[in-house]
Amino acid sequence: MELSFYLVQLLNAVQYGFLLFLVASGLTLLFGIMGIINLAHGSFYMLGSYLAYWLTGVTGNLWLGILLGLPIAMLVGYLVERLAISSLYKRDHLYQVLLTFALILIFNELQQILWGTDVHSVPIPEFLAGSIQLTENQVYPVYRLFISAACIVVAAGMYWVIQKTRLGMMVRAGATNREMVQSLGINVNRLFALVFSFGVALAAFAGMLASPVDSVYPGMGENVLIISFVVVVIGGTGSIKGAFVGAMLIGLVSTFGKVLLPEMASIMVYALMAVILLWRPQGLFGRAG
Amino acid sequence: MSDEKMTGITRRDFIIKGAVATAGLATASILVPQSFAIGAQAKVKVGILLPYTGTYAKLGTNIRDAMLMRFAEAGNMLGGRPIEFVDIDSEAKPAMAQQLTDKLIKKENVDFLVGPVHSVVGMAMVKTARGDGPITVIPNAGANMLTGSLCAPNIFRTSFSSYQMGYPGGPAMLEDGHKRVVLMYWNYGFGKEVAAGFKESFEAGGGTIVKEIATPFPEVDFQAYLTELAALKPDAVYTFYAGGGAVKYVKDYAAAGLKDSIKLYGAGFLTEGLGAAQGDAAEGVRTILHYADTLDNPENHLFRAAFKKSTGNDADVYAVQGYDAGELILRGMNAVKGDVGARAEMIRAMETAEIASPRGKLRFSKSHNPIHDVYLREVIKGENRVVRVAARDQDDPAEGCSM
Repeated sequence: MELSFYLVQLLNAVQYGFLLFLVASGLTLLFGIMGIINLAHGSFYMLGSYLAYWLTGVTGNLWLGILLGLPIAMLVGYLVERLAISSLYKRDHLYQVLLTFALILIFNELQQILWGTDVHSVPIPEFLAGSIQLTENQVYPVYRLFISAACIVVAAGMYWVIQKTRLGMMVRAGATNREMVQSLGINVNRLFALVFSFGVALAAFAGMLASPVDSVYPGMGENVLIISFVVVVIGGTGSIKGAFVGAMLIGLVSTFGKVLLPEMASIMVYALMAVILLWRPQGLFGRAG
Repeated sequence: MSDEKMTGITRRDFIIKGAVATAGLATASILVPQSFAIGAQAKVKVGILLPYTGTYAKLGTNIRDAMLMRFAEAGNMLGGRPIEFVDIDSEAKPAMAQQLTDKLIKKENVDFLVGPVHSVVGMAMVKTARGDGPITVIPNAGANMLTGSLCAPNIFRTSFSSYQMGYPGGPAMLEDGHKRVVLMYWNYGFGKEVAAGFKESFEAGGGTIVKEIATPFPEVDFQAYLTELAALKPDAVYTFYAGGGAVKYVKDYAAAGLKDSIKLYGAGFLTEGLGAAQGDAAEGVRTILHYADTLDNPENHLFRAAFKKSTGNDADVYAVQGYDAGELILRGMNAVKGDVGARAEMIRAMETAEIASPRGKLRFSKSHNPIHDVYLREVIKGENRVVRVAARDQDDPAEGCSM
């Protein structure tokens, strides 16, 4: 194979890494930063995809669909936090596992009632529908490049809010020592409800943006859930930088694994995770202890 | 979850049924035929194990709806007896298959068992049901083994074996003039069997497989493989993907600009029932299947119109397979006038059945697998249209079956 072949694969790898970070961003916030084990992450992603499908169909425009869909996702997140998650902060993590697993089942059933069992897709917006010639017979869709750009914006935004702002400081402090932060006069309940709904909206946003290059179908969240946990675990909890590097690593290993070691393709990512956890149990950028 | 609901309803049923069965046994001991003992109006129990949630939800729903439609056309009577359904969501989860099958057979004592969609669920189901179990009709699961080494007199299939799905693809592509082909499929049991069937006939006909690419199941990130495909520059590619993966594959393939230079072929699932989701990306894609929307026979026209009317959805191959499962059970029960005890006679009627199916003529092989025509189809204006018959009376070798 020529050099251009590997360059195109490198592009595929980086682009896949961006997509993975975007997909895992909601989980990074809820699990990585807030420490809530959220198995329903895939369901929120699915919710976003179905909202995009539905609202784009109604309005005829993906951007309008996203604009209308985000507040709905935030509202869903807010209700879930207030009605269910909020009573579990004091309890063992196992309760969160149980509760969010129940949410998966509920969301799957709701999805079926609301949108049925067909496979759907969302059209790529007109002005991003073009493509770039890569090699003599392969082209690259502009929309995929757009997703990469969107991912960089999301990553930078998250990093800035969590690491550099007062809000981010309160969230990090609240996740570490809830009572202490509360006694300093900060309404942690309201804060967590807000951040949780942001996390849900972020997961849904990823589902919306990815919908034109993915397909929208029942059970789609389950594929997303596992790989998202891998991203956060490799990167180390509590670190957005870690999640980003983790996503990029997975993109590279997964893509070149498929090309160079096709028989091992399905286990490459998990092998990478195992190696990293053996070497650094807290993940690449996680704090030890 | 529907499972939970079932338990509540059926516990009562079970007690009543148990009482009837005991009465039946008591009278049977004084040599009265069982059908009289239970009475002509006793209900026939049909157990259904299909997925209604997850990726295969649509398939399960269409199969069930079409089968129920066939029964409704027959007045909801099987050989003069009314029907009781025990309908369970398999969730297409192999881990649950054994337990759910046991529940239908041992607890519910069903007379017929219909299911499943997923091949691995099918293996667990057939292993439990074969022999003394209920008459079982498989309306989709394609694993060769189900009518191969696991074949049994009481096991029937109205769908296809994976071999039958892959094998006709070879000659069809050669006839279209494609000699150098890349073979690409989801790397799991069914995908591998379809690919093996294709490979056998394609190489025997003088074709060359440039490369075999098995992609992890159920992953849908195809970008790296499509780049590889572009670099290999074969005449065409033969694929096996289904459901959400098939939509993604066809869209990614078109988006990578490969459609014009490397012709895309596949087992029929690649485009079956997915027209709305794939849109223009699927135009010109050729697939091989034992059914097509536009098959011009009176049964198909009537079936499609009736299915649309009763469900509001367009029929597809899964619906056809469910419809024929209903038909096959009807044939069996009508032949014995509702006496499920006359098992040998019923099986004989079913295995010799010649059905005018919406797919065309349908018969059964010695191993109770379908023998049917297979069509080469092309997506034109969102419809899977017949290009030509790819194989007449396609049979299956039923490897390992000694029936």
